[in-house]
Amino acid sequence: MAIWNKDYETIDREELEQLQLERLQQTLSRVYRRVSYYKNLFDKISFDPFEISSLEDLKKIPYTTKDTLRLAYPYDMFAVPLREVVRMQSTSGTTGQSIIVGYTKNDIEHWTDLTARVLSAAGVTTDDIIMISFPYGLFTGGIGFHYGAERIGASVIPGSSADIEEQLTIIKDYRVTVCICAPTFLSQMCEIMEDKGITPAELSLKTALLGAEPWSENFRKQVEDRLSIKLYDNYGLTEIIGPGVSFECEYRNMLHISEDHFIPEVIDPDTGEPLGFGKKGELVLTTITKEAYPLIRYRTGDLTTLYNEKCECGRSFIRMARVSERIDDMIIINGKNIFPSQFEQILQDVLGKLPKFQIVIDKKDSFDEVEIQLEVSQDIFYDEMKRLAEIEKRISKEIEEKLDIIPKIKLVEPLSIKRRLKRKKVIDKRKN
Amino acid sequence: MLKIKSLKAYYGSICVLKSISLHIKEGEIVTLIGANGSGKSTLLNAIVGLAEKAEGSIIFKNNELLGLPPSKIVKLGIVLVPEGRQLFYPMNVMDNLLLGTYSIYSRKNRRDIQKRIEEIFEIFPELKKRKNQLAGTLSGGEQQMLSIARALMARPKFLLLDEPSIGLAPKVVENIFHILLKLRGSENLTIFLVEQNAKLALEICERGYVIETGQIVLSGSNDELKNNKEVMRAYLGRTEM
Repeated sequence: MAIWNKDYETIDREELEQLQLERLQQTLSRVYRRVSYYKNLFDKISFDPFEISSLEDLKKIPYTTKDTLRLAYPYDMFAVPLREVVRMQSTSGTTGQSIIVGYTKNDIEHWTDLTARVLSAAGVTTDDIIMISFPYGLFTGGIGFHYGAERIGASVIPGSSADIEEQLTIIKDYRVTVCICAPTFLSQMCEIMEDKGITPAELSLKTALLGAEPWSENFRKQVEDRLSIKLYDNYGLTEIIGPGVSFECEYRNMLHISEDHFIPEVIDPDTGEPLGFGKKGELVLTTITKEAYPLIRYRTGDLTTLYNEKCECGRSFIRMARVSERIDDMIIINGKNIFPSQFEQILQDVLGKLPKFQIVIDKKDSFDEVEIQLEVSQDIFYDEMKRLAEIEKRISKEIEEKLDIIPKIKLVEPLSIKRRLKRKKVIDKRKN
Repeated sequence: MLKIKSLKAYYGSICVLKSISLHIKEGEIVTLIGANGSGKSTLLNAIVGLAEKAEGSIIFKNNELLGLPPSKIVKLGIVLVPEGRQLFYPMNVMDNLLLGTYSIYSRKNRRDIQKRIEEIFEIFPELKKRKNQLAGTLSGGEQQMLSIARALMARPKFLLLDEPSIGLAPKVVENIFHILLKLRGSENLTIFLVEQNAKLALEICERGYVIETGQIVLSGSNDELKNNKEVMRAYLGRTEM
């Protein structure tokens, strides 16, 4: 499959490090001059941005957190005057004050190239018809991929948040070959296809690029078998640029980070200690080409592991493991750290398929109680009461064994769990 | 071809270059844009071994240049066309050209040098016509050409030019830049061009760096630099888009 920016994506390490050092020094000199937060921060810790003589020196700078960006609302983190900003996007603000991210003309150029890299690596060419089923608007997913797909020269359909049945009709009738969407979109599409009796053979779909929420390898296998397509993962976040930070190539063995634009690190989320390759921790990113909204050592809140072994595809960038957990997803149940994905894995193993589910946590007599609500569907559950009871028991036992929690299992009506783009799997009632 | 890492240079105790990093690949024309006093000439002087005090690293084809005397650096194939041409005005064109061969001059090389002069005259036919004229009597454009021609006598691989356009009429500058573009192909030259005339420089280069008070604040392809409104305003003198 084609490598979009071959010169950069296959660059040798020594050359890349020179490029990173140059771009890092330029970024630091710009943020020091133009972003008062960084000026004050560097002055406070007596850090001279011109003393950076190697990439290692980056570690002397404290991390930038999401809270800092929230406090800077709306424009205090911008490194250029507004007249140089040609676009603004923002985070959803589901977990607090939203964050406005600006882009200059060059930022948009780079972003377009970055999403074109993601698409190229998934085999997208000028012959493809692409349906972008991410909402356009403030969210970066839709418009970010739109530009990249157009740059490649594919035929782009901005499906956005149109009704899913309508989108399915378009996918079928327009002979769409590539779909860019959230995992929930695909599973809902499968449900509708089943309802309407549409077979995968009636679609021309061959590839889907998923984003916006975590999805498991099991989900990949399940949907790939069901629709006879290939699923590709990619990673990005609005604060950094949007989609285009890292992506899977045809080997689909972890995600290549576009290191000519971003310097990745992984740290221990509790102590802030940088961790080496092969160790799981929180991903920290430094932008080295962004003009309007540069960030130095930004804590993404996403958990991953970095690997520096070279990939067979020829790209020389460092790879990161797929992100399945965010630090703020972590729930503490009776003093134990647990991620919703662990429940997901157990449900998948027991049932062979992943049902819609949500976890409700409540406190009773100073003890945390966990209830797992499972949506009943025909292909997973059976009508016979006896079988249902048996399945409940098996799930409960597995969870007790693996997570040391005794959960309540509750089966709920089909379609009773709310569908959202950023699906929240946990409802924590303890906080109220 | 050239890799500069965290270069610092001082005049006395004043730091005039603060952690400069840049690279130039073989065959590229790279430009350095900056205002007066931003450190452009100091950077060029550091590369050719004329800086008073410099730290960091300047690697040219696996050779560390810092600490080498200018004569050794010229022998490696690096030649500077200095700001203000720096010709020997009371001497004629021919003698000025011969001075450019000091690093290779010997009886044994006589024929070679003669051949080189013929080649140079082919590139700059104006100079051939005036080969016996005193350098000081040439026009500004001719003097600049002589300065470049003198640099080419040593058959450099890497040519540094410090503001070749200064004080010249636009038409003359255009001609000189045209010759530079041709030279890259015919002489296999890599060119590092320092300019205040950013507009012209961005016309012929592939990439550029912007220097401000001794620091590189921006870099990119010529399109990227043209896209940057700040560069446009500060160095291209255009306010409208």
